[in-house]
Amino acid sequence: MSTPTARRRRLGEHVTAYGFLCAALVVFAVFAWYPAVRNIVLSFQEVNFVRGSSWVGLENFRRLLDDPLFATAWRNSALFTLYALLLGFGVPFVTALLINEFRHARAYFRVLVYLPVMLPPVVVALMWRWFYQPEGGLINEVLGTAGLPTPEWTNSSSTALISLVIASTWANLGTATLIYLAALQTIPGELYEAAELDGAGIWRRIWHVTVPQTRFVILMLLLLQVIATMQVFTEPFVMTGGGPEDSTVTVMLLIYRYAFVYNDFGAASAMSLLLLVVLAVFSAAYLRVTRGQQK
Amino acid sequence: MRTLVRPAVLRTPRGRFVYWSLLVLALVLFTVAFILPLYWMVTGGLKSSAEVARNPPTYIPEEWHPGNYADTWDRLELARYFGNTVVLIGGAWLLGLAIQLPAAYALSKLRPRFGRVVLGMMLLTLMVPATALLIPTYLTVTDVPFLGLNLVNNPAAVWLPAAANAFNIYVLKNFFDQIPGEILDAARIDGAGALATMWRVILPLSRPIIAVVSILSITALWRDFLWPMVVLPDPAKQPITVYFQRIADTTSLNMLIAGMVLASIPLVVVFLVFQRHILAGLTAGSLKG
Repeated sequence: MSTPTARRRRLGEHVTAYGFLCAALVVFAVFAWYPAVRNIVLSFQEVNFVRGSSWVGLENFRRLLDDPLFATAWRNSALFTLYALLLGFGVPFVTALLINEFRHARAYFRVLVYLPVMLPPVVVALMWRWFYQPEGGLINEVLGTAGLPTPEWTNSSSTALISLVIASTWANLGTATLIYLAALQTIPGELYEAAELDGAGIWRRIWHVTVPQTRFVILMLLLLQVIATMQVFTEPFVMTGGGPEDSTVTVMLLIYRYAFVYNDFGAASAMSLLLLVVLAVFSAAYLRVTRGQQK
Repeated sequence: MRTLVRPAVLRTPRGRFVYWSLLVLALVLFTVAFILPLYWMVTGGLKSSAEVARNPPTYIPEEWHPGNYADTWDRLELARYFGNTVVLIGGAWLLGLAIQLPAAYALSKLRPRFGRVVLGMMLLTLMVPATALLIPTYLTVTDVPFLGLNLVNNPAAVWLPAAANAFNIYVLKNFFDQIPGEILDAARIDGAGALATMWRVILPLSRPIIAVVSILSITALWRDFLWPMVVLPDPAKQPITVYFQRIADTTSLNMLIAGMVLASIPLVVVFLVFQRHILAGLTAGSLKG
């Protein structure tokens, strides 16, 4: 842009370029930039569709803090994220590692793990709700046949959250597995050979070659998964409705309730703002990681 | 290609034994984990409503009712909800491309003044996930600025916000950046304007990346639930996914299951047919993004 020729380009060329851009600018302005700014404004307002909105200072935040479900929702979302990391993070990596070593049936494994991604999350949630039925459900039938304990799953407040995590991991692990698989295939074979010459066994090769070589992808997926799971909504909404005993009320579920059940858009916006601040920290970290890689 | 395990190890009897046991174990485990649930759904849809609720359940239906599927199609009016879904996804996909392709072309090749600022502001929206902006975006849709339109129950409420997709523009722009300027200069000398250059030179060269962007957009729209549920409260306008959630508690289980199987078939079939391209495009798209 700073070269003299570029500066001397005719005005007409810039106008043409903005002609190509204008539709995108309009949809971004109206449906992305404006809502982002408006969220901040709404957080400090009482939203009234008839009389118009008025400033209320921190009233919305105060009302949220008085709600015992506020802390519950944050704790549940954090626990969901943590469980999903413990379960959903190791499993795709190990799966990819295994598939990458196999010389047979690789295409079959790849298609298999990605198949659930093609099912809409609502369908996944409804089908798992049925599988989880303590009596006569598929899961407990299989576990009972294998002689394993048969818990109450979504019917008990102690296992409901982890039940949602299992269903969501089943549905989503395909994406992470395939990305790992692609990353594993970029590791130069000589590195493994060199490690072998140094006497490294298979576990040390994983720890000293595989993990460092895929470090960037691992970190990227970690952050993306945290950002996605902190916003979990469909699974609790469809499978448990937040119960039993509020054990699956998540942040997005509470935001939804404030807006569309209690009709309190101010408090809902205030809670969204808090969620956005938390997510922005992870997004910023994600951007730093991806930028750093590109340089 | 050399991987983690030394090739020589795989030729020893012990190595071969470990390899084959692991492979068989993995095959059994993954088939149970991913095929059994789908088998359970398909056979559940074939059972009578009494059998589907039985405890202990039956692994193979005692009575086969393939007619359930045809019944479900008619009684749940699936054709109509499929139609709604196609309108929502198709419209959002086409409108998205119609907005994102020219934008990416302008940012990559026409390079207007402040183009980098515009791109930066678009990329900034990637830091703020759409789900978390549910409330202000919903309020915007109920009363679109300047126009004063209420888009609730209008497919445009799904189409327009989906078009504001910075990731797609970024991926497309990166691809266009790789197209050499000489080709564009040649087109200009032949008298092609900016629009003709985009249409006849850039787009034909960009089919692979357009395919990737299309797959990512369509799957994302197909999986979306919260947004269509909120902006399409009118039952007659809802996509099939929102519809299932609404009727889940009032429909007999075998019909609900049969309906969900029918709803899942199109995308699963498309995936199985094009899986090589889809999986390749997907990993390429996500690693570059």
